[in-house]
Amino acid sequence: MHNKFFLYLLVTAGVTYLVRMLPMVLMKKKIKNRFILSFLHYIPYAVLSVMTVPAIFFATDSLIPAIGGFLVALVLAYKGKSLLQVAMAACAAVLLCSLIMMGIP
Amino acid sequence: MRKLTQFKKGLVDGLPICLGYLSVSFAFGIFAVENGLTPAEALLISMTCVTSAGQLAAVPIIAGWGSLIELAVSQLVINLRYALMSISLSQKLSKDMTTPHRMAVSFINTDEVFAVASGQSGPVGKWYLYGLICLPWLGWASGTIIGALAGNILPPLVSASLGVAIYGMFIAIVVPEMKSNRATALCVGIAVTLSCLFHFVPGLNSVPSGFTIIICACAASAIMAAVAPIPEENDDA
Repeated sequence: MHNKFFLYLLVTAGVTYLVRMLPMVLMKKKIKNRFILSFLHYIPYAVLSVMTVPAIFFATDSLIPAIGGFLVALVLAYKGKSLLQVAMAACAAVLLCSLIMMGIP
Repeated sequence: MRKLTQFKKGLVDGLPICLGYLSVSFAFGIFAVENGLTPAEALLISMTCVTSAGQLAAVPIIAGWGSLIELAVSQLVINLRYALMSISLSQKLSKDMTTPHRMAVSFINTDEVFAVASGQSGPVGKWYLYGLICLPWLGWASGTIIGALAGNILPPLVSASLGVAIYGMFIAIVVPEMKSNRATALCVGIAVTLSCLFHFVPGLNSVPSGFTIIICACAASAIMAAVAPIPEENDDA
């Protein structure tokens, strides 16, 4: 392993850690402002959905299997299945669609 | 005993995250080796960073000995969403989460850990959080090394399918909340619309993805916070 690697590792891990750690350590007071509280209530769902759409449609080799995986995940999540079940079913759907498209049903 | 109960509850809640991470970090291990990193380097990155999008962006820069400034800025921008999550989670922490514990737990404040922790009713304490972060960290690290060492044994079609695992997890977190809360559903609708605009509209799509995440998520959340503020006595925020 090149010595230089550790410098790069330090920068990558250091920046990531500081971004996570500083706000949690510095924000000790309870926020009272209702707008900010509401904002913080919505932010996790907004962040996760922005990260998912449209990125999920480009996460596999072609579009149609990705759409299949997306739909399967939506349905199972709506039915209240666990994180793991939804994630694995989405992968399986992508694999299945890809196989069908390649003509190996 | 209460400590142990809380710790165990955290472990149980962390298990699905861990298993989800196995597949995603497996894909990361393959990606890192394909880019010219050694399996040990891939493992060290996963053990110290524990962030999917950030690591994905870091690998090509590290592999090519790119600019350290570019590396730092890309990590800052891509991971800035964690700052929002840490602020949000800071409001839910119980009194036993003193500074040293905040410094320890925030190391693994990932999207999923955050989502599960903020989904708890009432304040979350240190024993629950320590339990919660154990297995995801283990899953993230072990998946990486397995992928880096054995990834090319898998048919390419199978490893490509694993790419949607992380998004499947996100969907599993967001959709149930949309079902029970129409305002959240609307918020997600706005966020996704903005996200698509930033992806497909020429000009807007040249904005780096880390910024896009922050701009779209903040805009959607701010609109909804103004239009549909959460009830005054709600402690779930």
